[in-house]
Amino acid sequence: MSDFNLVTSVEAPGGVPTEPRRPDRSGKPRSLAGDAWLDLRRNKIFWVSAVLVAVVLLMAAWPSLFTSADPRQCALSRAHRGAGGSAFFGYDFQGCDVYARTIYGARNSIVVGVFATALAGVIGLIVGLAAGYYGRWLDAILSRFVDIMLGIPFLLGAIVLARRLSGPHDTGVVAVTVTLGVLGWTTGARVMRSAVIASKNQDYVAAARMLGAGPVRLMVRHILPNSIASFIVVLTILLGINIASEATLSYLGVGLKGDAISWGIAISDAGPYVRTNPGPLVWPSVFLGVTVLAFIMLGDAVRDAFDPKLR
Amino acid sequence: MFRYLVRRLLQMVLTFFGATFVVYALMFANQTDPIQALVGERPITASQRAALTERYHLDDSFPQQYWYYMKGLLTGDFGTSLTGRSIRDMLADAWPLTMRLAGMAIVIAALIAVTAGVVSALRRGGAFDNVTLVATLVLLSLPIVVLAPIAQLVFGIQLGWFAPTAGKNATFTQLLLPAFVLASTVVAAELRVTRASVAENLRADYVRTARAKGLSRARVIGVHVLRNSLIPVITLIGVDIGGLMSGAIVTEKVFNIPGVGFNLFRGIHTEDGPLVVGFVSVLIIVFLVVNLVVDLLYAVLDPRIRYE
Repeated sequence: MSDFNLVTSVEAPGGVPTEPRRPDRSGKPRSLAGDAWLDLRRNKIFWVSAVLVAVVLLMAAWPSLFTSADPRQCALSRAHRGAGGSAFFGYDFQGCDVYARTIYGARNSIVVGVFATALAGVIGLIVGLAAGYYGRWLDAILSRFVDIMLGIPFLLGAIVLARRLSGPHDTGVVAVTVTLGVLGWTTGARVMRSAVIASKNQDYVAAARMLGAGPVRLMVRHILPNSIASFIVVLTILLGINIASEATLSYLGVGLKGDAISWGIAISDAGPYVRTNPGPLVWPSVFLGVTVLAFIMLGDAVRDAFDPKLR
Repeated sequence: MFRYLVRRLLQMVLTFFGATFVVYALMFANQTDPIQALVGERPITASQRAALTERYHLDDSFPQQYWYYMKGLLTGDFGTSLTGRSIRDMLADAWPLTMRLAGMAIVIAALIAVTAGVVSALRRGGAFDNVTLVATLVLLSLPIVVLAPIAQLVFGIQLGWFAPTAGKNATFTQLLLPAFVLASTVVAAELRVTRASVAENLRADYVRTARAKGLSRARVIGVHVLRNSLIPVITLIGVDIGGLMSGAIVTEKVFNIPGVGFNLFRGIHTEDGPLVVGFVSVLIIVFLVVNLVVDLLYAVLDPRIRYE
């Protein structure tokens, strides 16, 4: 299953419409992106997930829009108290406002998710382009390297790496971001590689080569734009996965730590008190679940629009 | 086939050494003072220090230390945990529990995935199909740190249908809830593959031929379609076995099951380097061997596939 040379239908380059394109009102045939957008506009799942993602992003950027309470203002006298006032979700075992902490937790999830995905995207893009375009020994080496990476169970590798990278006194944001980025690029690289191989033998690439375009120009101007669609879809889904992985690592105590506010830490901290006070466990779980679901649904909807074959 | 086998074995050896070296280096390179970590807060005399340095080869270079470790590992000596217990004994204690849990999860997931997958492929676009599609999407996206504690809270504590935790000598019923949680992490992908594969095979020529010959619907689906459709599902289940044995860390922690993942988690927290490296190395071997067997099984099950 892990053979790098197999191209499954999921990884096949996107944008192969099954039916001929209908010209729109202006008489010009629609572009691939135009076609996809038309599909997306009619897709309810796309709108639901897009709205959810927008809300989470807003929460990450301006948490004070959602709550006026300070998430670090905790008083033991309020421990385990029920909902009241602006604390809609009640208080946790340290007397912190669960609602405020849940809202503020969005930022770390999004920051780690976005930067880890960006890092994985850059590595995957370079490796996939190089392996697909140059082929031969470079492809052989890079493909074997990807095989080795896939031989390491993800969670085990992440635990060891995250533990090593984080210093004793920082919040662990950088360590988790680098860990997820370094371990997460393989799928993107595979997709990019097969997309590049599919498009590098097209006539327009040959034509550009005849006109004297160098390898970098060929890759960046001609091959990349035609093979990037499925890569971007992979990254959207990876973003959701990375947010989930950050929470998992934080839950296990090797992710974010110290006084960092994170949904994973909140779920872990609430565990021992769940029998008497389930609120601090339930709410961060709901927010985390909905956020990851929204990103993955968005990726799914975009993939369906770009690759109608899969439906 | 033989060439493929050799190539895969070489690749496996390479992966094993690459992965264990990285894990070993991450755990042990640039350690501040391993001897102090071993003895804890107590003072230590110079002669004790020298004896320990000698015993653990701490004066040797890093590659040499890795070599000693590998030699021990490959001859069945996994070393000693910082708690003083032999890692081999700890593995022998933890492994059966994890195997039972993973086995139950695999069976539960396979039963649900194949049944629901076939039904939704036969009634594509129907209500059942749409419900399972949404359900698999939700299951695919819910992280296990959300699923496991919530399942424990709702089904274990509030509804009381299952035992909320399982101990060392867990019974079948105690392991049922964790097994369902573990199964839910793999059931969605298996279901989708079953559905796609059955739907594709229903359109195949040989199915039309079988129908034209007047075979009953049950026989066409149960024998002709299912046999061909289950090939990718079986390989996926095989990959999941490898994943579940190493991926049960969160589930075992939530449900307090002292299996492999639980021990590994504790080892990471107590900075027990030998334990972590020992467990991770064994898990990687299991993962690699299972994946190899699955790849070979794929060729045996589907004669159309020939490996170069």
